[in-house]
Amino acid sequence: MGPLSETTPQASADAALPLLRIDTVGKQFGGFTAVDGVSLDIKAGEFFALLGPSGCGKTTLLRMLAGFETPDTGRILLHGEDVARMPPHQRPVNMMFQSYALFPHLNVRDNIAFGLRRAGMPRAEINARVAELLALVRLEGLEKRRPEQLSGGQRQRVALARAVARRPQLLLLDEPLAALDKKLRDSTQRELLALQRKLGLTFIVVTHDQDEAMTLADRIGVMNAGRLAQVATPRQLYEEPRSRWVAEFVGDVNIIEGRIETREAGRLRVTTQGAGALTALAPRHLGDAADVCVAIRPEKIRVSQRAPAQDFAAGTINRLEGTIANVSYLGSVSSYTIALDGGATLRASLANAARVSADAYAVGQRVTAWFAPEDCIVLDR
Amino acid sequence: MSARNIFTRPARLAAIAPYGWMVLFFLVPFGFVLKLSLSQVVNAQPPYLPVFDLGAGWQVLFAAFSALSLDNFRLLLSDNLYLMAGLRSLTVAATATALLLLIGYPIAYAMARLPRRWQPLAMMLVIVPFWTSFLIRVYAWINILQHDGLLNQVLLALHIVSEPVVWLSTDTAMYIGMVYSYLPFMILPLYATLSKLDPALLEAAADLGSSPLQSFWRVTLPLSLPGVGAGALLCFIPLVGEFVIPDLLAGSDSLMIGQTLWLEFFTNRDWPVAAATAVMLLLILLLPLVIYDRFQRRQMVRS
Repeated sequence: MGPLSETTPQASADAALPLLRIDTVGKQFGGFTAVDGVSLDIKAGEFFALLGPSGCGKTTLLRMLAGFETPDTGRILLHGEDVARMPPHQRPVNMMFQSYALFPHLNVRDNIAFGLRRAGMPRAEINARVAELLALVRLEGLEKRRPEQLSGGQRQRVALARAVARRPQLLLLDEPLAALDKKLRDSTQRELLALQRKLGLTFIVVTHDQDEAMTLADRIGVMNAGRLAQVATPRQLYEEPRSRWVAEFVGDVNIIEGRIETREAGRLRVTTQGAGALTALAPRHLGDAADVCVAIRPEKIRVSQRAPAQDFAAGTINRLEGTIANVSYLGSVSSYTIALDGGATLRASLANAARVSADAYAVGQRVTAWFAPEDCIVLDR
Repeated sequence: MSARNIFTRPARLAAIAPYGWMVLFFLVPFGFVLKLSLSQVVNAQPPYLPVFDLGAGWQVLFAAFSALSLDNFRLLLSDNLYLMAGLRSLTVAATATALLLLIGYPIAYAMARLPRRWQPLAMMLVIVPFWTSFLIRVYAWINILQHDGLLNQVLLALHIVSEPVVWLSTDTAMYIGMVYSYLPFMILPLYATLSKLDPALLEAAADLGSSPLQSFWRVTLPLSLPGVGAGALLCFIPLVGEFVIPDLLAGSDSLMIGQTLWLEFFTNRDWPVAAATAVMLLLILLLPLVIYDRFQRRQMVRS
């Protein structure tokens, strides 16, 4: 069986080493730098997502892990062994393709058994493994069908079964759900997650869909222009973005540019162009530059007709006056655009907690927007 | 107009047009040939009997019909000459098609693997020989292959042979001519299927542990079979009836069926036997067509 069942000696010898270590890997196409010195560790059993806009290098990175591209620089250590230059058919890594790449001339059964046959598994074992996989992805009874006789969702499950058939140490998934419609995507996400836990495999999924990355992944690596902008849990990524780019890419955000005036008792006083002076919690990582921007997520902003009931001491809350400029009703939430008296615009989203809401505002209405210093993320510009 | 009737009148005409073409330019002439094959040879103008005279009334027409017979076909089946010619045509065409496949497949494969922007140029190079007359190209081969021709000169100069080799009037010369002339018909359909092959399939095969050679056998070759079938058919069928190449390049000791047809028609002036040969040839060639059609139909049902 070779790579499938082998327990690599290095793994037991050096427990500190992660399953996969990507070490300053770079790749250029012509003059274009697709991947620029990326370093990353992936632990065994982890569900990791590479998230980024198209052209950010996430797919190139994945293809280098599979062996379809060779890095120009750096190492890819799988169990401590550098596989960067190993051809794909020798790697104990499998990939699920965005297009699924099912063999059109083979039926479901032969598609799933393809990798097992190449590995020289005995016929009886192949039959047992295929039956097990068909049950796992709920495709029993369809083994004689050809790919073109299957629905999109069924094809996706064949591709998945084929990719996990060899029990790879690492499974790479390139936009695994992109070809499915929204309803199917939600249920398939849950199935994918359940399957990963059940098989105990390590998954790396490439996606441009942040909801998908957040639902699936233990950790997310956000890529931009060939570099890893931030690697964090979904929660950290949203609540503690490390850069303005990440804050703007992940979720919705208000960005207000300003200058740091004072730093005292873990608080910053930032004067802004359009929103007056804001108080923000001093972040752990911040450069020396005085020019910063303050990022506030729309759902962190409260809106009321009158000033908040509690009489906050100055500096403990940020309070801004303005006029409702636009209202978008989105079902579970409503999104309000507030033109602040200072000149800036602020977007706030409020949950529609009751069918007939007392907190529904109309365009032109005067309101007070307020948010806590802890909800302000101060970032370099 | 009812909703079911999706064909408007001009559309219906357009759908009928190809059938009209087939009837006018294939079925009607074939009817003449078939009638001719059932006639008797005579020393007259035209050199066969009976002749239908539509103005002569029913009696004469009926007599003409009853004069038709299968004699010519009995002759074809009883005389070894025609059977041998038929057999030789099939074996020569099959051998040449196999050679074409062996040479054409790697070329088509290489073309499909070229960078996209170079592929039109490669395609041009394959098609370019068509700009010269087929007959002139075969005559050029006579020049190359003759006793003091280019091939022998090169072989002598390179000291590969010590005296000129007899190429012309051999089966080797005929096969060279056939492979050369029919190569584009083999390459183009192969290239068409190979260039449509999704590269992701080969990546998937490699990902699942196939070496490049295994990927070729398990993925590329099976998926290019429709192209192999089309190319083989496009070459095999005209090769069975090929006349010019064997007549100019091969020896005269054994004939292909096209050559016997020509001899019957022009040398013996036996139009009815020549027509019967043509009908037999058509019947033989229907077989591979029917097989290919079955194969295509199966593919259609699948998709």
